Amino acid sequence: MERTEAYEVIAGALASVAPEVDLGRIDPGEELAFEADLDSMDFLHVVEAVSAAIGRDIPESDYRKVGTLDSFVDYVVGATTG
Amino acid sequence: MPSLGADMDAGTVVEWRIAPGDHVARGDIVAVVSTEKADLDMEAFADGIVEELLVPEGVEVAVGTPLVRLAGSAPSPPSAPSPPSAPAPPAAAAPPRREPAPRVTSPLVRHLAVERHVDLGGVQGTGPGGSITRGDIERVSHASAPPAPPEDRGRIRASPLARSRARRRGLDLRGVPGTGPGGAVVEADLASAAATPATAGPAPGTTSPTGRRADAVRRSVGQLMARSAREVPHYYLASTIDLQPALDWLAGQNQDRPVAERVLPAALLARAVVVACAAHPLVNGHWVDGAFRPSEVVDLGVAVRLRGGGVVSPVVADAGQLSVPELMARLRQVVERARSGRLLASEMAGPTMTITNLGDRGADSVLGVISPPQVALVGFGRIAERPWVVDGEVVARSVVTASLAADHRVSDGQDGSAFLAAVERSLARPDDL
Repeated sequence: MERTEAYEVIAGALASVAPEVDLGRIDPGEELAFEADLDSMDFLHVVEAVSAAIGRDIPESDYRKVGTLDSFVDYVVGATTG
Repeated sequence: MPSLGADMDAGTVVEWRIAPGDHVARGDIVAVVSTEKADLDMEAFADGIVEELLVPEGVEVAVGTPLVRLAGSAPSPPSAPSPPSAPAPPAAAAPPRREPAPRVTSPLVRHLAVERHVDLGGVQGTGPGGSITRGDIERVSHASAPPAPPEDRGRIRASPLARSRARRRGLDLRGVPGTGPGGAVVEADLASAAATPATAGPAPGTTSPTGRRADAVRRSVGQLMARSAREVPHYYLASTIDLQPALDWLAGQNQDRPVAERVLPAALLARAVVVACAAHPLVNGHWVDGAFRPSEVVDLGVAVRLRGGGVVSPVVADAGQLSVPELMARLRQVVERARSGRLLASEMAGPTMTITNLGDRGADSVLGVISPPQVALVGFGRIAERPWVVDGEVVARSVVTASLAADHRVSDGQDGSAFLAAVERSLARPDDL
């Protein structure tokens, strides 16, 4: 998956729990849960949606790798390549 | 008309989902009922064939007013509030009994259609499930007004940053044109908005129904809290609990489960509370007519924070029967329904006790206000790493502060302490949960 597609996947997952969030205004280097005001239930929903899109579960042990929008995109690109 | 909250006197059927002649089974959604606080899907309490709809759409009626006559049920239609101990049927919405008219679930949208002389039958709905949104009416009536935010049950589309800035500056988001996606208000829009304090908004009588509902919720919650402060002699206790064993156990469990079955700490905390209620009945029940009525089951109210502000507390009925994974699934369900404004009426029936969880960025502890006629409120602050002493050594542990607000007419500090100790003990042995 390319970065733009990965971004779209994450954006879609985010929109389903936080429809009013304007991703363009989110600092991609800051903690995503804080930027988009997500609680643990919301974050789980996002993880679930992205996992479904990439075809494999994101384990809890990888949560620290998807803390920011940027790192989440990196993770998805890495998980869908090779 | 069922009572869907301690302070509810009246409600309105905004949409009938059944018609005379339809077969109805217990649990089928029969109507969308609007209360001051929310629109709720109402389920049938009995099986039968619909003889007559006794109340028209759009008319407010008192709690207790018969709504439907069913053939094959008792002469008086089921209008009493569902008793707390009756098992709530699972949310199985039946397929529509007839081809429904274009779905308009909001009085606001209906009102707009009338105002703009729009025939709802000719409108293509673009909302969830093909429902007609405010935007659809605007589009059809070729409104020259700026695009309205999508009908959202009182929620103005705005970024969290814009929302908190507006709140701090006392700005009314309703008056700010949004340039973000879908007309959402973003921070830049606030800069150009006049610094109109929220209180100097539209003149009374011209407030939009959307704003009216948000105001009504705030007023209603405020009244309940004021009544509670007046009538309920509160006492407060708090205990900080080492959650590390429970979290470690949970991590192990979740590793072997698919994402959809992942369990959050919140579900464990809820389970521990429910289990503790069994041996400590003085926190689970109602104060009615000057006496405490303990409840045999735990109908657990769960305070859910709504995006854009406000709290609603749907109920997980008979929570004691649910295993941790089942409780997690129910919590996900009620949270999602609460946030999308699609709670079932049965999910708003009276809780016997309520739990409030501040979430990951909340304060360390919450000392809340009990909602009468309940007699207790259990709170959890955020789970955070703190220095903790284990075997004489200081180590970093994830801890959480559990608090209890309780009615001193029913229990005292000793009872409350024993209850919190039971919660702590449960969490120390997560395997037994």
